[in-house]
Amino acid sequence: MSNFWSGWIILLTSAQLVAALWILLGNRKKPTREIKTTGHRYDGLEELDTPLPTWWVYMFVSTIVWSVGYLILYPGMGNYQGLLGWTSIDQYEVRVAEADEQYRAMRDRYLAMPVEEIAFEPKVRKMGRRLFGNNCAQCHGSDAYGAHGFPNLADDDWLYGGTPEAIKATLIHGRQAAMPAWQAILGDSGIEEATQYVLSLNAREADSGKAAKGAQHFQAYCAACHGADGKGNQLMGAPNLTNGIWLYGGTADQIAHTLRNGRNGKMPAFSDTLTEDKIHILTAWVYGLGRSSSTTATAANL
Amino acid sequence: MKHDKIERTPSLMIVLIIVAISFGTLVELVPLAFSKKTTTPIEGLEPYSALELEGRDIYIREGCHTCHSQMIRPLRAETERYGHYSVAGEFVYDRPFLWGSKRTGPDLARVGARYSDEWHRAHLYNPRDVIPESNMPAFPWLFNDTIDAKTTPLKLATLRKLGVPYTDADIAGAQDAVEGVREIDALIAYLQQLGTLIQARR
Repeated sequence: MSNFWSGWIILLTSAQLVAALWILLGNRKKPTREIKTTGHRYDGLEELDTPLPTWWVYMFVSTIVWSVGYLILYPGMGNYQGLLGWTSIDQYEVRVAEADEQYRAMRDRYLAMPVEEIAFEPKVRKMGRRLFGNNCAQCHGSDAYGAHGFPNLADDDWLYGGTPEAIKATLIHGRQAAMPAWQAILGDSGIEEATQYVLSLNAREADSGKAAKGAQHFQAYCAACHGADGKGNQLMGAPNLTNGIWLYGGTADQIAHTLRNGRNGKMPAFSDTLTEDKIHILTAWVYGLGRSSSTTATAANL
Repeated sequence: MKHDKIERTPSLMIVLIIVAISFGTLVELVPLAFSKKTTTPIEGLEPYSALELEGRDIYIREGCHTCHSQMIRPLRAETERYGHYSVAGEFVYDRPFLWGSKRTGPDLARVGARYSDEWHRAHLYNPRDVIPESNMPAFPWLFNDTIDAKTTPLKLATLRKLGVPYTDADIAGAQDAVEGVREIDALIAYLQQLGTLIQARR
């Protein structure tokens, strides 16, 4: 702040304090026994002109004394920093450092342990639950069961792999799915045939003639990612099409829509927002979902 | 001066009231308008693109700021949840600023890049589709309505008069940049850049 504005603040603040005191004390009337009126008369009613109660005046003066003390100790008068040297950012940083001090040992201990070992620790589950609620639940749901377009993390079907390494890589780097749109290549009839074939992969009711043609499309276009048997490929995030788990819905219409327009599901990267130890704990939490250790029941893992 | 005289002269009373209540503004607001700390953009801050600006206007039109603040205070509880606290230099091109004062929903100061575009689409179409517990209203009309591109260059020109450094090329290209764009896409473009310049791991 320039000296001019610093002086401006100091001058106006002091002037205001002095003016407030002056107005109060300058107009103060001594309490008397006599009952005075202001001389106003409205329909025969008169207005009392009673002096301010003494206790009220003392309270007002004490607020001004308080503010003087405050302005000496804390920043308020322009560039003057106050005797305590307090700033909100310093206070914040102290709080962060205190919390870091308090939790670091525990986090470091967990960071040094493999995910499989800590996945069922009650403390890890508690911390993971909080981290998940704040960072992941918006897409994957507060129960981690996912939503349309956002995978369920509590089952054992994984798009990019369910090993600790794969889960951690997903968290750190994010994921970007890239299923192309096939409308231009397959045309309406091709989409319909491929849809029937995908249905048949799940042993669902399908037109066998169309499905047979669809199988040819599948081998030509889809097998590169989803595999010749349709069981998917976790290296590419290509889902298994044979297990009845559908990220974007499994009705014939929904499958056809996915085929026509493609899908580009995206998981954001968390390497810039979460520290390594928290990512490790989150990994363990997600890893432990839907699995049961020998002592913990599955439902209790949430 | 007699109290009686002030009470019986409304014009004098008005003047004195204005003097009395202007101290706060003069001391707390006016110096900030001239302070380098609050008027210098942080490194990398660009004026909103035409698309983002239109998205911002939709954000204002739909009243998002009445339930979502855009200001992370330097308190540990907030930075743990939302990210690095907000700094004044992030908002120098915001006219008006959208800090808000009420959080019915979460703070959005650093919501940029936190979720995918697809998530925002699903969520704005019907928040309950992705967050069953949500009480946020749905905004399905954003998916049908397109932006009125004719007024976009005027908005940029007005902001330039207020000191936002738009170039002639920015203003000339503004209409084409948003012509025929759906409102939802403009809004998401705005949301996805919010607060992305400052990142801190937490």
